[in-house]
Amino acid sequence: MDRNQAHRNRKRGLKALHFLALFLTMSIICIPGLWIVLNSFRPTVEIMAKPAVWIPSFTLDHYRAMFGGAGEGGVPVLSYFRNSLIVSVVSTAIAILIGMSGGYAFARYRFRGKSSYFVGLMLFRAVPGVALSLPLFIVFAKVGIIDTHFGLILVYVALNVPFTIWLTDGFFRQIPKELHEAAEIDGCTRWQAFWKVEFPVARSGVASAAIFAFLTSWNEFALASQLTRSVGSKTMPVGLLDFTAEFTINWGGMCALAVLMILPALILTFIVQKHLIAGLTFGGVKG
Amino acid sequence: MFRRRLPEWLVLLLPAFIVIAAVVLIPLIFSLYSSFTPYKLTRPSTLWRWIGTANYERILTDAKFWAAFGRTVLFLTIVLNLELILGLCIALMMNKVTWGQRTLRTILMFPMMFSPILVGFQFKFIFNDNIGLVNNALQSMGFDVALPWLVDGKLAMFSIIFAEVWMSTSVFAILILAGLFAMPRDPLEAAKVDGCTPWQTFRHITLPFLMPFIYIAMTIRSLDVARAYDIVQIMTGGGPARRTELLWTLMSRTGYVDARMGLANAMGYVSILLSIAFTVYFFRKLSAARAELGMGG
Repeated sequence: MDRNQAHRNRKRGLKALHFLALFLTMSIICIPGLWIVLNSFRPTVEIMAKPAVWIPSFTLDHYRAMFGGAGEGGVPVLSYFRNSLIVSVVSTAIAILIGMSGGYAFARYRFRGKSSYFVGLMLFRAVPGVALSLPLFIVFAKVGIIDTHFGLILVYVALNVPFTIWLTDGFFRQIPKELHEAAEIDGCTRWQAFWKVEFPVARSGVASAAIFAFLTSWNEFALASQLTRSVGSKTMPVGLLDFTAEFTINWGGMCALAVLMILPALILTFIVQKHLIAGLTFGGVKG
Repeated sequence: MFRRRLPEWLVLLLPAFIVIAAVVLIPLIFSLYSSFTPYKLTRPSTLWRWIGTANYERILTDAKFWAAFGRTVLFLTIVLNLELILGLCIALMMNKVTWGQRTLRTILMFPMMFSPILVGFQFKFIFNDNIGLVNNALQSMGFDVALPWLVDGKLAMFSIIFAEVWMSTSVFAILILAGLFAMPRDPLEAAKVDGCTPWQTFRHITLPFLMPFIYIAMTIRSLDVARAYDIVQIMTGGGPARRTELLWTLMSRTGYVDARMGLANAMGYVSILLSIAFTVYFFRKLSAARAELGMGG
């Protein structure tokens, strides 16, 4: 009787502990993000208030200033948003095409030195952005594509291709060879067989690779901060710095821009969540 | 005629090779060359003066450089281990949850979408000694303190590690969770029947199965360990008094603020070798773990 009771108590205690630990973890993950969102709606006076004000009031001032353009001391957010969007979408699309053909080559053909080619490609991805930005800055300045969309797109394509190859390679390997062989016997060319048979099967892998490429380009800072100078090509991560002056930071405005920056990534990730996890594990473990 | 001579795999890989050669390889060769010159951005003619390994000799005898190098390695070791342990704990906890698991998993992916620079700003705000969330909360709870989170050397390092761990733990948690889902039930039940304690089951059955997933996470992480640059650059800029100076911030300061490109590129090469060492190490571990489980392809 007593032992039963003790056992039950222990079980209940463990359950409570589990719940508590999970709750704490989730709070630590959520609170920083929520704090940013909350502060984007608070007036600057309240953010700076001492002692702290815990009951927030609501204002859209920061968003109004942000979209109001440079005239009101704001930051040309819409231009930054447009630049980010153009650069990320175009570079993702190109990187996926190039990466997919590379991944297909690794998955379907046998050739000498395959694994060293593969690791070699990965190593190019591992080069730190800061280390690359120094020489790239000089080379781009010489060629004259500094401060342009084209230059940044080129860089992000090169940055995303290796990882895309890795993920798509894993996915194409999952597809049995017989599939495209059957299609070719039925009269498809290899090209048709790829687009009509193999591509649809590997679609979720391609989707996850696309998400990773997009997030990388959307969030990249170290290279963009050196390769862009003007409103015409600055992306949003670089634009965030506009809110810092020599000694002060416009926290409210920065939070508003931060919210604008997270939203597209958030929406996109929600849509393809399932592919994201599948992509990482399939591409990695079995690849 | 020409096309026929090239094998198909090379044609397929060629675009990737060309893009990477143009954007990564050429600048790297240029920077390798300039690391043997006293190149300064302000005086272009210095690019043509060959000084041999003087830059390398200089950084290898520089105490500041070695301090930054050691700190970077220490930082990476602490951060990667913490992320692995916390990610494992979170994944095991999530695996036990019986309801709302999808929602929790979505929340878990939240930090992955944040730009590193945004994470830097966010924690600069939260750890601000005057208006930050942490100090405000402490003061409202009645502690009459204003901890100098980003001003004191040790606390600043702690804050940076916290930010980095916050950002990257979810990669580990999500991949390990995926591993737990993929795990076959039979060995676990067999172990229970044979009288294993939960710890023994975890140590000898669950953990070995999870190893490839852990190494994937490690490999993915090691590909961009240098993301920490964004965070440190924003939160402290390497200060106070170089207490949080990492290899990458030292390099960017030498290159852009002091305009000593040759020297900075020499440092860049050290940091590239460091990243490559991490990546190669985990790649090899990954293939070994895969081969062990018979997943090699």
